[in-house]
Amino acid sequence: MFLFSQARQYVEQYQDEKRIFRLKEHRILFIFGLLIAFLFVPFVGPDYLFNAILVPFLVLALAGLGLNILTGYTGQLSLGAAAFMAVGAFATYNLELRIPQLPLLVSIFLGGIIAALAGIVVGLPSLRIKGFYLIVSTLAAQFFVPWLFTQYGWFTNNNASGVITAPRMEILGYSINSPVGHYLLTLSTVVVLTVLARNLINSQYGRNFRAVRDMETAAITIGIPVSQTKLLAFAISSFYLGIAGALWAFAYLGTIEADGLDLNRSFQILFIIIIGGLGSLTGSFLGAAFIVLLPILLSVLGQAVFGQAIDQALLQNLQKIIFGGLIIYFLIKEPEGLSRLLRNLYHRLRKWPLRY
Amino acid sequence: MSFFLEVLLGGTLAGVMYSLVAIGFVLIYRASGVFNFAQGSLVLFSALTFVNLTERGIPFVVAFIVTLFVIFVLVLLIDALILKHLINRSVITLFMATLGLSYVIEGLAQTVWGTQVHGLDLGISDAPINFFGIMLSKFDLFATGIAGTLVIILSLLFSKTRFGISLRAVADDPLAAQSVGIRLNHIWILVWTVAGFVALVAGLLWGARLGVQFSLSLVVLKALPVLIIGGFTSIAGAILAGLIVGATEKLAEIYLGGIIGSGIENWFPYVLAILFLLVYPTGLFGQKQVTRV
Repeated sequence: MFLFSQARQYVEQYQDEKRIFRLKEHRILFIFGLLIAFLFVPFVGPDYLFNAILVPFLVLALAGLGLNILTGYTGQLSLGAAAFMAVGAFATYNLELRIPQLPLLVSIFLGGIIAALAGIVVGLPSLRIKGFYLIVSTLAAQFFVPWLFTQYGWFTNNNASGVITAPRMEILGYSINSPVGHYLLTLSTVVVLTVLARNLINSQYGRNFRAVRDMETAAITIGIPVSQTKLLAFAISSFYLGIAGALWAFAYLGTIEADGLDLNRSFQILFIIIIGGLGSLTGSFLGAAFIVLLPILLSVLGQAVFGQAIDQALLQNLQKIIFGGLIIYFLIKEPEGLSRLLRNLYHRLRKWPLRY
Repeated sequence: MSFFLEVLLGGTLAGVMYSLVAIGFVLIYRASGVFNFAQGSLVLFSALTFVNLTERGIPFVVAFIVTLFVIFVLVLLIDALILKHLINRSVITLFMATLGLSYVIEGLAQTVWGTQVHGLDLGISDAPINFFGIMLSKFDLFATGIAGTLVIILSLLFSKTRFGISLRAVADDPLAAQSVGIRLNHIWILVWTVAGFVALVAGLLWGARLGVQFSLSLVVLKALPVLIIGGFTSIAGAILAGLIVGATEKLAEIYLGGIIGSGIENWFPYVLAILFLLVYPTGLFGQKQVTRV
């Protein structure tokens, strides 16, 4: 197709090889997409679109990105993603509460750093324990963190029901306490972090991650510092998850309790990266979109077919069956997930109407 | 002192229930190298099926056999639709597939049988009985008896029958087992069915205690640290670790809970498991992992 011609775009320097988008068309498309997301959508979208679809989609994509760095790229299976989200959310809340002069963005960033430290602690056993046995340390975090935040009132400022609420949402004096404000905050964070993640994956560190995933013993023999690499993956992944947690709590829900980020949330994020594609940044976005849209689609379908809203419990069980089935399907048929399907489609389209 | 003993013994007996779930894991892991997260949902599924059958007036034994048959059919489906297509894939992939499977089974069980809580009465009261001055739950003793019987049956099955010997051959070296004419697929189906049987027994015991409801599938989270402490491949390990977890969990709840706060039984076994792993990286009785390039 004319839009995606690769002609006369040669890679001549190593610098070009490292670009995020090698084709000019891709860069144009990307900038165009960003312009729409930043300048067009905020003015026309209804509140429902921001509150129920775009914000959770972006936050879950960010969380997926974080888990993908650890599980998809470094091959360390983690069932504790939500625990790091909780750490990020509670750390941000407490920073805002106890040091009121901190700007919101700084405390979200520091919340991410604190989550990263927690990630390093949880990752420490990975230096000695390998493969499956590792899920025990992430699960320990998953059960310990909500317990800690519920048990000790200090973390929730002694709130009777263990709930934390969003701090004042303002940046440089501008209030962003509106659906559009939440959306713009989330969107800018996600865009920046995604670009950073892309560069990280393309760097030496990213190659180390993949070497550890593909064969640890071989990675050791060619001189990759496996322990540091693993801990780095844990730290960066938790940093992303921590920021996602803060956004989930304050930009999406507004209030949250520690039990809201339980094992099911961890599974959900794991499902995002399995369905979207393990070891693919695009996959995190596709998986997140899928997981946000499927329940809405199902209830709309149910409404259309049965003429009335389906029973909530039944809907949940149907969702479970569909998610479970899709996971198995993707693992069997397309281990690289939706991102691979998208890539296939893209290659087909680019050569269209030719087949090869 | 007698209070300490009471807590210790009570916890140990409660740990038997964890071992029961963990044994199902070990069986499947040994035969097929699959870390079967769906074991918990199998427990839920089998208990729900059984309870719904008995509530419709079907006698105990018949319901038990029918449930076993249903499990067998389910296993055939799992094998044909999932396991067959995932041969030679990484352990993590297999694990995630069983995670998906557990969602399917849970959703299916609750769609078919509903989400309400069912009571299950096995005719054994939870009343404490006096045992040399120590109060022990009658139900726990009964569960221990059942678990003991089950283990004896299983070990006889593994050492005396053709199936058991084939199973051990497969566990030892799948390739060599295949080359002497053992059909891997049949072994897998049988092992999964046996694991389903163990899940049914565990489901009945847990169901009698907690009521048959969704939270039954969460016993898998109790069994995980047990499994990890014991090592994935050893039934003896699963039992011993179950007892250790049961006992330390109760002791920690009573002696440590007062200091750092209650409700620690959710995460305590995992921390314990990490401590164990730091000393024994593959569990107490796990096979040593040899890595080659």
